[in-house]
Amino acid sequence: MFPRPIQTASPGAQALYRVALPVSLVIWLLPLVAIFLTSARTAQDLAAGNYWGWPHGSHLIGNYEAVFTSSPMGRYLLNSVMITLPAVAATLALSTLAGFGLAKFRFPGNTLVLAIFIAGNFVPFQILMIPVRDLMIHVFPLYNTIWALVVFHAAFQTGFCTLFMRNFMRELPDSLIEAARMDGAGEFSVFSLIVLPLIRPALAALAVLEFTFIWNDYFWALVLVQSDSARPITAGLQALQGMWLASWQLMSAGAIVAAAPSVAIFFLMQRHFISGLTLGAVKE
Amino acid sequence: MSTTVQAAPRRTRHAGSLAPLAFIAPAALFFAVFVLWPIADSIWVSLHDWDGVHPMRWVGIGNYVELFTDDVFWTALVNNIWWLLAYMLAPIGGLAIALFLNQNVLGMRLYKSLFFFPFVLSQVVVGLVFSWFFNGDFGLLNLGLRAIGLHGVSLLGDANWSTPATIVAGLWPQTAYCMILYLTGLTAVNGEVVEAARMDGARGWGMFWNIILPQLRPATFIAVVVSVVGALRSFDLVSIMTRGGPYDSSAVLAYYMYEQTFLSFRYGYGAAIAVVLFAIMDVYIAFFLVTMLRRERR
Repeated sequence: MFPRPIQTASPGAQALYRVALPVSLVIWLLPLVAIFLTSARTAQDLAAGNYWGWPHGSHLIGNYEAVFTSSPMGRYLLNSVMITLPAVAATLALSTLAGFGLAKFRFPGNTLVLAIFIAGNFVPFQILMIPVRDLMIHVFPLYNTIWALVVFHAAFQTGFCTLFMRNFMRELPDSLIEAARMDGAGEFSVFSLIVLPLIRPALAALAVLEFTFIWNDYFWALVLVQSDSARPITAGLQALQGMWLASWQLMSAGAIVAAAPSVAIFFLMQRHFISGLTLGAVKE
Repeated sequence: MSTTVQAAPRRTRHAGSLAPLAFIAPAALFFAVFVLWPIADSIWVSLHDWDGVHPMRWVGIGNYVELFTDDVFWTALVNNIWWLLAYMLAPIGGLAIALFLNQNVLGMRLYKSLFFFPFVLSQVVVGLVFSWFFNGDFGLLNLGLRAIGLHGVSLLGDANWSTPATIVAGLWPQTAYCMILYLTGLTAVNGEVVEAARMDGARGWGMFWNIILPQLRPATFIAVVVSVVGALRSFDLVSIMTRGGPYDSSAVLAYYMYEQTFLSFRYGYGAAIAVVLFAIMDVYIAFFLVTMLRRERR
């Protein structure tokens, strides 16, 4: 283990470490603590200049209530859910199929197809912006609906997810698949009966990761959607920045509402999340 | 794994079967329509003068020639380079935090996830949090500066400081990301090698540099790649925190492209900026692909 276990250090160093841990965490999360405290303040508290002290007279529930009653935040939240869930499902379906095709079949161009999926996953969004927006306006009439975002996210995220799935499926023993084929199973039965049950951990990891990626998207929400009826919460929050210019207590509460679902997913499914994110960080 | 499994042939189906095509086709179709074709189309658009509504007018490399004399383009390009350089602090900081947290102490799991927490937040939220932090009137930073007798500054409203301040906001989640990569890497460090090196008298810095860091290479590779991509993709924070201002001083290519296209209705010019950004990114994409595929062969 490196560094040396702290238990083997001198008692003084151990005590220092125990103090340093919480102190460094508070400093690290200070901006977040501040925004949380702000979301509990009254407008008077802020007007009186109490920005960083303990809130006088908590208004926690009132502020969060105001966020939902005085703005379309509820609508934005619902839109985000209705965009994120189908997009995650679609991208998982597409990439699981493609991952199997790339992991377990030898055919000319296999590596090239994989390379294209990987490369596409890294391109800057701006190189796609104008044509994708035009496609959504002129070819598929989805512009300014949640479906424009569902379709685009599903398509774009397929790059990363296919690589992930393909790498995971390559580790499955070929003998298992061979045996099923010998028994006369068709390729699709092999996929659905043998492979799918074995890749549940990968599906869970990807679902959690993709949920946060798509939930947190801001750029495409700006490009493909204009009206409150389809706007997800990230772009909604930005739109409210103008309206709530001086109402930092509402802005902060709104930010926390926007962050809450992906944070909740992370803490609930932490193990899956991290195993997905760190794939490749140990293998050489 | 048993030897029989290893001896079994990999990917056994012979060429010519249509099965793989059927599995790959749906994903490939979506990817071709919404990723591959748009890249080609953007390059085509960049050779035109276009307001997004009227017919396009061919200008050849005219847009690219104009970029050369466009001061804001150069500002944005230089800012992108700053983002890129500064983002290399994320792997370093992430490794430092990972080393700090790589201990078996009660509650360590919770500490690790709380340190990682910023990465889960949307950049919109990160941008808002830091705008509040850097606010010229009441931001904590300024209260701190005044408390030690210095003048407060409005970082985001100052042409010299707006880019560094935005980068600091970006480094927060990026460092958390690199930290988790290194924490995973550290769990895979070979304990026997470390013990053997200790026997040989390796200590502290020498141990870290000669024994630990080489074993962390896969984590370093990914940390650097995702940081480069993160730096070149910087759009959200600039849009939320400064809108490229004051006077375009904090613009980056991604943001300037968006601004030219949708605020100035210069689609062709915007596309040309996107192509430049794409070309820069291609260097890293190629590097990543070559490294990854080479590893695959081994």
